[in-house]
Amino acid sequence: MTQAQITPSTPATVAAMMTLKVKVLRFDPEKDKKAHWVTYEVEASAADRVLDVINHVKWYMDPSLTFRRSCAHGICGSDAMLINGRNRLACKTLLRDVVKKSGDTITVEPIRGLKVEKDLLVDMEPFFDSYKAIMPYFINESPEPAAERIQSPELAERMAHSSNCILCACCTTSCPIFWVNGSYLGPASIVQAHRFIFDSRDEATQQRLNIMNQNTGVWRCRTAYNCTEACPRDIPITQLIEEVKRAVMYQQA
Amino acid sequence: MIRARTFIDARQQSHSNAELNWWIFMRISGLILVFLILGHIYMTFIQVSEADATFDAVVSKLSNPAWKFYDWLILALALMHGANGARYSIEDYVRSRPNRAWVKGIFYTVIALVFAFGTVGLFAI
Repeated sequence: MTQAQITPSTPATVAAMMTLKVKVLRFDPEKDKKAHWVTYEVEASAADRVLDVINHVKWYMDPSLTFRRSCAHGICGSDAMLINGRNRLACKTLLRDVVKKSGDTITVEPIRGLKVEKDLLVDMEPFFDSYKAIMPYFINESPEPAAERIQSPELAERMAHSSNCILCACCTTSCPIFWVNGSYLGPASIVQAHRFIFDSRDEATQQRLNIMNQNTGVWRCRTAYNCTEACPRDIPITQLIEEVKRAVMYQQA
Repeated sequence: MIRARTFIDARQQSHSNAELNWWIFMRISGLILVFLILGHIYMTFIQVSEADATFDAVVSKLSNPAWKFYDWLILALALMHGANGARYSIEDYVRSRPNRAWVKGIFYTVIALVFAFGTVGLFAI
């Protein structure tokens, strides 16, 4: 990776190598009082992902760099980071989408609104606490049919978007209300609640709508649309939150 | 705040329709205000020229109770709509409970005073 040459005759089909400045907001709780920027020079191809660049830094330049990643294919949702000012999954972001030319800088920060444990690693406990608060499990007390519980394609369509969520926290940590107000459940939990509320087979709709109607629930959403922009799974989150608001409204009417 | 440990947490989590009703109020009052204020702008700036808008002209127009009610509706709806919007911001951004209490207290007092003076002014003409 280090000996690659940038040659002017490189054909367009082969991604050219470029030298990037990777600016990482680092914080070591044992040494630092405040987070500080550290810049690494990395040579990479435009077709590489941001995760490849960060892995390169950890494996070959500074093994103390701490971050989460697991599947590296945009499914597990562990490597949500604030890349060039936007929440994204490092494994789903290609360099060509965040830098233009060799010598450019990419900034990588931990996601906001959660306590930074070290470097890019944040405490996800508050996020999962609010996830648990919406009862994220299928509830149906009626006797099971002999075969599976049938759902028509039309009814499955209603929860198609919300069931795409991978709980990466990109949305919740981009929400300005979540940043300033520790008691808001956050967009990810509401999307998860939407997944069960709009599941025709689930029977705890009433209880979940009551949780959504609490002070900490959907009424805290000010439709800033940050969540929708941040979602790596292209879930129209703000629209789903509005659907939940309407469901609460018609349930109470 | 997920599991209530204090009375304040429990009250915050208790289920009431207040926030739902305010949300509906914001949508309806916003819609009504758009038309009320467009009509108000039309009557004040387009229907009459600036020279005609004298004190006496305004007083004679407001002697009609219908116009009094129209103006009072703008006053009441705009104040409630604005106060509730500001309450949203205060609840989001002022996190310490004592601070929130006095910020809200002062804010509601100002709103109540503006409403009282506006109403008195409108009906005293």
